[in-house]
Amino acid sequence: MIRDRKLWLILAVLVSAHLIVLWAPFFAPYDFASQERAMPFAPPTRFHFVDSQGHLHLRPFVYRWEPRPETFGAYVEDQSQAFPLRFFVRGTRYKIARIFDSSWRLFGVEEPARIYLAGSDDFGRDQFSRLLYGGQISLFSGLMAAAVSLALGLALGALAGFYGGLVDDVVMRSAELFLALPWLYLLFAVRAFLPLHIRPTQAFLMLVLVIGMVGWARPARLIRGVVLSARERNYVLAARGFGASDFYLLRRHVLPEAYGLLLTQAALLAPQYILAEVTLSFLGLGVGEPVPSWGNMLASLQKYYVLTSYGWMFVPGLALVAVFLLYYQLCKILQEQVKIVRF
Amino acid sequence: MYASESPKTFATEWTRPDVKTAMAIALFAIIVATCLLNAAGAQGPQPLHAGEEVLVTGGEPGRFGGKLVASLRSEPKTLNPVTATDLPSQQVIGLMAADLIHINRYTQRTEPALAKSWKVSRDGKTYTLQLRRGLRFSDGSPFNADDVLFSFQVFLDPKVHSAQLDLLTVGGKPITVHKIDDYQVQVDLAEADAAAERLFDSVAILPRHLLEESYKNGKIAGTWGLTTSPQQIAGLGPFRIQEYVPGQRITLERNPYYWKADRENRRLPYLDGITFLFVPSEDAEVIRFQSGEVDVISRLSAENFSALHNDQQARGYKLFDLGPGLQYEFLFFNLNDLPSRQPDEMTRKQDWFRQVNFRQAISAAIDREGIVRLVYQGRAAPLWDQVTPGNKLWFNSAVPQPPRSLEKARELLRGAGFSWKSDGALIDSRGQTVEFTIAAGAGNAQRAKIATIIQDDLSRLGMRVQIVPLEFGALMNRVFETYDYEACVLGLVGSDADPNPERNVWLLDGGMHIWKLHRTSPPAPWEAEIDRLMRQQLTTLKYQDRKRLYDRVQQLVAENLPLICLVSPHVLVGAKTSLGNFQPANLNDYTLWNAEELFFRQGESGKTR
Repeated sequence: MIRDRKLWLILAVLVSAHLIVLWAPFFAPYDFASQERAMPFAPPTRFHFVDSQGHLHLRPFVYRWEPRPETFGAYVEDQSQAFPLRFFVRGTRYKIARIFDSSWRLFGVEEPARIYLAGSDDFGRDQFSRLLYGGQISLFSGLMAAAVSLALGLALGALAGFYGGLVDDVVMRSAELFLALPWLYLLFAVRAFLPLHIRPTQAFLMLVLVIGMVGWARPARLIRGVVLSARERNYVLAARGFGASDFYLLRRHVLPEAYGLLLTQAALLAPQYILAEVTLSFLGLGVGEPVPSWGNMLASLQKYYVLTSYGWMFVPGLALVAVFLLYYQLCKILQEQVKIVRF
Repeated sequence: MYASESPKTFATEWTRPDVKTAMAIALFAIIVATCLLNAAGAQGPQPLHAGEEVLVTGGEPGRFGGKLVASLRSEPKTLNPVTATDLPSQQVIGLMAADLIHINRYTQRTEPALAKSWKVSRDGKTYTLQLRRGLRFSDGSPFNADDVLFSFQVFLDPKVHSAQLDLLTVGGKPITVHKIDDYQVQVDLAEADAAAERLFDSVAILPRHLLEESYKNGKIAGTWGLTTSPQQIAGLGPFRIQEYVPGQRITLERNPYYWKADRENRRLPYLDGITFLFVPSEDAEVIRFQSGEVDVISRLSAENFSALHNDQQARGYKLFDLGPGLQYEFLFFNLNDLPSRQPDEMTRKQDWFRQVNFRQAISAAIDREGIVRLVYQGRAAPLWDQVTPGNKLWFNSAVPQPPRSLEKARELLRGAGFSWKSDGALIDSRGQTVEFTIAAGAGNAQRAKIATIIQDDLSRLGMRVQIVPLEFGALMNRVFETYDYEACVLGLVGSDADPNPERNVWLLDGGMHIWKLHRTSPPAPWEAEIDRLMRQQLTTLKYQDRKRLYDRVQQLVAENLPLICLVSPHVLVGAKTSLGNFQPANLNDYTLWNAEELFFRQGESGKTR
């Protein structure tokens, strides 16, 4: 169908990013909640090949961070003992999707050293591990919310465009209402009405639903437009003349016109919804501690001293930028390609 | 005219000689006018008069002049000492008003203020106070016993609803005040009160000539708002109101009639005035202090303290870690006797919370040292009861301070009939998973962090804990009104080192008996004992006897843990090094309590503000 290497490359990177965060327990050296209270704000671990005696090692090794006495968040490397980087190590047990039970981790170092690829946060938790686990919430809530919103948009838009009249009026006027509302405040309002004591999984699903339901209006309008023009085409009218049912017409002749649009919308909405989740969590309305999301990880940057002293706390932000760029490229290519294929 | 041309035109005009002269003249006129205005505005101190009984202070003699800039996190609500309950209002009013007997914030002991001396009757129920003669309010009108009488009449009037009324009620009855002559008043208490002298602190003496009319009209609560003209407001404090700019600042100027003098018999205060800028957040405050815009800063968080610490030399300020203050942070459970309409789940959870073993296990599992290190960067003291090590006179060092022990916690839980499932989850004797929520104020980053640490500690005992960040008002509503919470992290700060103001926390019917405000069942023996001890120490006069009683209260609190006390943060403040006589105290108000003695050292002030 679409022969564009760049597209497949971008898709491959995005999909593997999603797979990696899905398999976070394997790729992350530590659990997201595991605190190391002696190591708040430890900087990223340095890899060495040459030890303090000047010997060269082929396998990279790390030194343990030693808190500088009488200070906070300042560390020196304890060079008395080297800890080689090991692959496929046993760590704490974990389960993925309640089925896959294992304790293998991709890499790690021996205790008491800890490996902090992206430094540690204010509880001494590994930022890199939290980044991967946090991606589960942030990336998938965006994706799932986009699915919810597109499904709603497709259903309502198709109804409105296909039947017209009163249905069209009701649906489109309420869509305009949703479009006119500032969505962030609407999300706040919706979130405020929901109960506070909820588990992280419930919070996640709630976020997905809330974000997805608020955003249906724009896709619905676009779909309606496509359906409106498609239903007047000659082959549709012909099929209707042969006695095809409404559902058949929609499924067979009208909606396929909208697939290209759906794809582009998905690529457009997913990053937007990732940002919505990040914003909500950043403001403390998303998943609660200790479960990470990129938003609540960034929340500690609200503090002046974190902002100015601990650069590695920006890592979730960098990840976000990368994901957004990928989605943006994807969106751009899809738009061009869809045009070429269709018209 | 095009934008690109305008600078040129401007430049040519600027160099024309006639314009130059005109500018110079205008500038000169402005400078003269400002000087004149300043001279009219900031009145110098009046010379001391004969027969004026001033209080001579012991601080280093300083230099007159200069304006101090401080900051407030929110705007004061009022300038009325009778109705002020919020911290910023009290702080500003504290500089504009004076009391009869004052608690020295540094020594934590009482000392003479407007009353130069006092006598106590043998039974401890009658105080005779000698007032200073020849004093004047900040508007120049004289002060005498009628003002004292009027002030107490207002504060004790139940219709006025003053915040001080509770404190001025001893043995269930409000105190009574009589005038003996123009400079002597007699105060009668219904019962002997060990800390009676301390009652007079922060009861501001009001000017009768300004307020009597509005009091008689029943309008005293509404007077002296922020927009009241400065001429209508007078007090006996070192400063008086000069200007209030909504959303920006409030400026105080010297009270030229203030009744304290330094060792060289010069009338205080040294400073021409104090400006409070309204700065909404601590971070914004820190940035302004760092840039030198603000001269003093108090209530610093440990993180900002260390952020500022590194360049204190270069930027000319000094930071002070005063050690633990009177604030104590604690975890508590909802032990209220709830009406039956509450869901069963809550009563089931309360069955755990009510068990002393359960609370003891939680206390044993909490890593207080970890909280001190992670939340306060070591600038806090771990606590096992409500009295902090900063309270020098009342701290009980005999209360055991067991280190964190998960083994002991598990043992205590086992003893109370709890057990563990194969996946490590804790279950009670009926097989229910132990699971509860901890509410914490969303605006307070430190408490949220404390809650996260507790959550992790308790997960090691197999308890499933959720943290619920709540907006502070909503949290208070749940704790005080609807009792709709399970556990909560909160902090209290004592207004005085003495145990008396704490009695509303510990008496069974106290308004701050937060863990059990609603009671239908009889109190447990230890609860009854705390209540009895608190009442007894109130009427015991000797410090040693009172200390013994309060020590026992602390012991009971540490054993039974109605509040699981966690840490007491250090009081962290900073000031410009050029500020003389700066002597921060770990009692509120930490930095400006001796504002009248503060001064800028030679050559380092002379600000263009």
